[in-house]
Amino acid sequence: MPEKQIVLKNCQMINPRDINTYLARHDFKALAKAQVMEPDEIINEVKASGLRGRGGAGFPCGSKWEAARNTPGDEKYLVGNADEGEVGTFKDRYIIENDPFTFIEGITIAAYAIGAKQSYIYLRSEYHRLRNLLENAISQAKDKGFLKHVKIDIREGAGAYICGEETALMDSIEGKRGEPRYRPPFPTTKGLWGNPTVINNVETLMNIPNIILNGAQQFRQIGTERSKGTKVFSVSGDVAKPGVYELVLGSKLRELVIDLAGAETVKMVQIGGAMGRIVSSTMLDTSLSFETILGAGGVIVYNESRDTIDIVLRTMEFLNKESCGKCSPCREGTEAMVKILQKFAGGRGTPKDTGLLEELSSTMMLASLCGLGQAAPFPVIDSLQYFRHDYESRIK
Amino acid sequence: MDKIKITIDNKPITGRAGMTVLEAAKMAGIYIPTLCYHPALTPFGACRLCITEIEGMRGFPTSCTTPVNDGMVIKTNTPQLQELRRGILELTITDHPYSCITCPTNGRCELQKVAANIGMKEITLPYIYKKRPTYRNDPFFDRDYNMCILCGRCVRICHEVRGATAITFTQRGIKTVIGTAFGRPLQESGCQFCGACVDACPTGALTERAREWAGLADRDVVTTCPYCGVGCQLSLQLKKNRIIEVLPHEKNEVNRGQVCVKGRFGITEFVYHPQRLTTPLIKRNGKLTEASWDEALNLVTSRLANYHKDEVAIIASAKCTNEENYVTQKFGRAVLGTNNIDHCARLCHSPTVAGLARVFGSGAMTNSIHDIGEAACILIIGTNTSESHPVTALEVLKAVRRGAKLIIINPREIELVRFADLWLRPRLGTDVPLLMGMARTIVDENLMDQAFITERCENFDAFKKSLQNFTLDTVTQITGVPKDKISEAAHIYATNKPASLLFAMGITQHSHGTDNVLAIANLAMLTGNIGSPGSGVNPLRGQNNVQGACDMGSLPNVFPGYQQTTNETVRQKFEAAWDVSLNPTQGLTLTEIFDAAHHKRIKAIHLIGENPILSDPDANHVRKALETLEFLVVQDIFLSETARLADVVLPSASFVERDGTFTNTERRVQRVRKVIEPIGASRPDWWIICQIARGMGGKGFDFENPSQIMDEIAHLTPIYGGINYRRLQKGGLQWPCPTPDHLGTPILHTQLFTRGKGRFTPLQYRPSAELPDKTYPLVLTTGRRLFHFHTGTMTRKVKGLNTLLNEGLVEINPIDADALGIVDGDILKVISRRGEVPAKARVTEWSPAGVVYMDFHFAESSTNILTNTALDLVAKIPELKACAVRIEKSHHR
Ligand SMILES: Cc1cc2nc3c(=O)[nH]c(=O)nc-3n(C[C@H](O)[C@H](O)[C@H](O)COP(=O)(O)O)c2cc1C
Ligand code: SF4
Ligand code: SF4
Ligand code: SF4
Ligand code: FES
Repeated sequence: MPEKQIVLKNCQMINPRDINTYLARHDFKALAKAQVMEPDEIINEVKASGLRGRGGAGFPCGSKWEAARNTPGDEKYLVGNADEGEVGTFKDRYIIENDPFTFIEGITIAAYAIGAKQSYIYLRSEYHRLRNLLENAISQAKDKGFLKHVKIDIREGAGAYICGEETALMDSIEGKRGEPRYRPPFPTTKGLWGNPTVINNVETLMNIPNIILNGAQQFRQIGTERSKGTKVFSVSGDVAKPGVYELVLGSKLRELVIDLAGAETVKMVQIGGAMGRIVSSTMLDTSLSFETILGAGGVIVYNESRDTIDIVLRTMEFLNKESCGKCSPCREGTEAMVKILQKFAGGRGTPKDTGLLEELSSTMMLASLCGLGQAAPFPVIDSLQYFRHDYESRIK
Repeated sequence: MDKIKITIDNKPITGRAGMTVLEAAKMAGIYIPTLCYHPALTPFGACRLCITEIEGMRGFPTSCTTPVNDGMVIKTNTPQLQELRRGILELTITDHPYSCITCPTNGRCELQKVAANIGMKEITLPYIYKKRPTYRNDPFFDRDYNMCILCGRCVRICHEVRGATAITFTQRGIKTVIGTAFGRPLQESGCQFCGACVDACPTGALTERAREWAGLADRDVVTTCPYCGVGCQLSLQLKKNRIIEVLPHEKNEVNRGQVCVKGRFGITEFVYHPQRLTTPLIKRNGKLTEASWDEALNLVTSRLANYHKDEVAIIASAKCTNEENYVTQKFGRAVLGTNNIDHCARLCHSPTVAGLARVFGSGAMTNSIHDIGEAACILIIGTNTSESHPVTALEVLKAVRRGAKLIIINPREIELVRFADLWLRPRLGTDVPLLMGMARTIVDENLMDQAFITERCENFDAFKKSLQNFTLDTVTQITGVPKDKISEAAHIYATNKPASLLFAMGITQHSHGTDNVLAIANLAMLTGNIGSPGSGVNPLRGQNNVQGACDMGSLPNVFPGYQQTTNETVRQKFEAAWDVSLNPTQGLTLTEIFDAAHHKRIKAIHLIGENPILSDPDANHVRKALETLEFLVVQDIFLSETARLADVVLPSASFVERDGTFTNTERRVQRVRKVIEPIGASRPDWWIICQIARGMGGKGFDFENPSQIMDEIAHLTPIYGGINYRRLQKGGLQWPCPTPDHLGTPILHTQLFTRGKGRFTPLQYRPSAELPDKTYPLVLTTGRRLFHFHTGTMTRKVKGLNTLLNEGLVEINPIDADALGIVDGDILKVISRRGEVPAKARVTEWSPAGVVYMDFHFAESSTNILTNTALDLVAKIPELKACAVRIEKSHHR
């Protein structure tokens, strides 16, 4: 079976409102172990594990920490990114709802390793109801003396998808209008208020206690060449059993959507949400890994009854609405794409329009400032590749 | 600095660490198209046009944001890049009315230039009209956001450079538009109307309304702003010999592309104003009537010739050029035979000149404006810098952005408080104890610069002894400032070096003004903050050429260059040069002149470009004095309140109609250039004075142009010895500049103080002359505002400035207002022992309780009817900053 519970192993097993149920299983042992290690040792362990970021970009976690640790400065920050604004993605919500303690333990270890005395959890505004649960967990951890070296504060987003992007997120924490910043400098050298900052996805941090306790070698044992460990997916759409699944990296798409989630008559699958990739039913044997397709873990299944143009248009409308408006390729490009897709949706496409979509895609992917604009054309390109006839049949 | 070798388009280039790829390319003359880049701003990376290919870097890094690294290999112009740029530009322009690409109205549109460079492809994208708002009712400029490409330059300049944060990005995504917070009107959003956004805008979205249909300029001339002592360099845009726009000049050491609202938008209207005086006027039967120059000049020369040298006085002008001040004092001394020459510097910085000359040997700003940006700590006391010296305030902001500590000492809340680390709010008139308290903390805690004190100063022990009276308890009791704040201020100032100290009239306009200045000098010497970059004692001078008027000897005790009239050798030098014998007795000061006029000891006054009825204390007294005169001559560009009393009014040419120089607050001598012919029959003041002097038989007034006058100044004035018009062509020079090959002096007292050693002065606390009592329970303090200048003779001719502010306001704290039943907008009577004036109430916490504040720009609320003439004994400056008043509600509204 490709399923394996590492990240989710405490879910449903503990009472998320009571730290004692967590301690009964773990006792913050990973933190205790980490605190007798040198920060550099911890970082080396995380590097050796091959853990890559679970927020979508897949950046090696240990290298990120190392960069922040090695940048001179007394003030450093760690941010747990719980913005989870991606369409069809709800795995971080599930994690926090069920096991806030591993998340917190992960934060304490990361903060210790990079030398951050202050950390933030950046919580999606729609997840406001989780705030109380998290605060409760933080204060229990504090009462038990686990937060002596780092303060954890919660910052809520303002409902903007772009604020999940790490640099816009920092603007938002700083109280500014959340807009992506150019890189370099990267957050690890110049982040919050100009200080070295590590931003990690919730799931990334969930892996840390396990790596520290059981060692990098054990963690590396599962997964593929360049994708170690497991990945948590949230599956939705035309499936019998929507929900959250944790699979060994490298598992097949088919195992997730057919075997586990019980999908039938699949037409296409959108992997990684609005900014993700679209695959057709002929590609269900594709493996899920950083080498192939992965994203942040949102998987949406569409069956034969669904209309390609409708799906792509709705995705593009979402991205257009969520574009921050800073750079012209994305701001204007998503708008132009929506306009053109509307023509197809109304059966008024022209032969030139598909070419135009491809040209626009290229400009946006190559010239946009941040990941949103760079990835926004994916649904268009992928659907043009696998479902071109759906466009051509809408040309007047 | 670290040298970095890179290759751009196969060309080897040596850059510096910290440079961006774009800057390196620019330096090497390689053009990369940009829209959101602006040299004065932090990079933004939004327009995406400046993309490049860099070996070893993923994607297409934007050159404006990417720092150079050693060995970088960069391509800026491959076919793929150009293709991408065309795609980006096309997307930028879907946003834009198409016709704009060929629109000729705005010669500065960068979008057009970029489009021309990369070539536009046929636009194939769906046209998107955003229906964004346009604003056409604000003062001075229009905003049409349909032409906006969202480069954010306006927003960034407003935040980063001006600190105003009036405009910002609003909405998101495709709906993004520039606007004010909460959609408030610009006037209520903190806009300074400096026009920096207009100048930064690369498109036609922001335009100055007055020039919108004026077309392209056919030439431009650089000159110096006629308003304040900052001395901003302006670039006058002319078309067919008419000024169509005034832009900030970029390449200079003073304002570097920035100006304030007065310089940017407040010039053309007054220059061409229909009320300009265009012909001489002579009072006949109590009425001023037009006359010819011959008539007027004959009348002046014959009447002035009738008075004994002790019966005449000259009131010179800080608005006039150096050359004009030079011939004015020469006329007074050599022709009228009197030293009764003074001007409004008496009312602003005479304590600075007197005080600093005594302890440093020179009474001017020790460092340069630009130098303030280098400071690690800035102490601002008695200046509302952002209103009175707006462009100097920008240097303060720059330093703060770089991490400098900012301390404000001011009873009133001022704009800069927003940026301050610490704000002390002493009771009015208690600066000496406060500064002595700080000095005591520094000495007690051994934070002083012992080496500097021992090597470069004298009289420290006496000073130290005088500190005994200033325990923190005593100081807190007198000033009302908590002890911990005093000691914190002392700590910050003493431990963040270099520290720059800025002050203005909040320090000087007191009956103990000289003591205040000396307290400042003590503090700076104590911490060794003199003579090095980023440090200094920096008095900010008010009028455009008040520094120059003093330098030129428009003062009763000195010849040009502060050479004492009482000094035998000096006098002989001038006697030889001017071929006359000179009066050795010191003349009367401004306030003494009016007193003497009152008592009919002075019978005739020749007054140039000043308006003492509004600017001088106890204005009723001044008016009576002028009315008592037998003969009053006034030279001015407008018929000011004072000119109306004159027997002869001579029309002056404005600053754009004459050549000359102004010396700004940092001792920088800069050119004023004639760009248009004098309006009507008006004439430059130097010409008028020379005519009168010659008419009275004066020798040595045959100058053909101001350049010749400057040569004579240089010949007789050591600190100006190396200055001539040929050199000034290349930019200003800071005195002392003794020889033609001397490069000028940006920082004074670097090795030795001008007088040798810096002298500490023991001080005592002396309260203001007029303290509040039962009948007059409030203290009135006065000052200036951003939107007007001095008595408003020029600025009140500008419609937009009047829209921004057109009446005198009394700022009063809510506590006092409540007690008196006053609400915002009530018409009040402000009454002092000397008179009363009406003004409208503005209830605000900017004024501390017990203190009301007024400006002196408005004749209708002539604040100086109220102010006190109590004098500082040394400098003879009147106490304009504190007098006791009572406030009553007027019945009519
Ligand atoms: C438009 C946009 C939205 C994003 N939203 C999220 C998010 O909600 N949560 C998240 O963890 N990462 C999000 N990311 C990715 C982050 O920028 C960042 O890469 C991630 O938080 C890094 O954490 P990791 O290295 O642990 O994955 C987003 C990126 C983009 C471009
Ligand atoms: S790509 Fe889109 S979301 Fe990202 S900075 Fe540009 S406009 Fe904003
Ligand atoms: S108004 Fe001008 S400067 Fe401001 S964002 Fe628009 S185009 Fe740029
Ligand atoms: S700051 Fe002073 S010199 Fe500069 S533009 Fe304004 S008034 Fe003129
Ligand atoms: S100039 Fe570099 S992105 Fe605009």
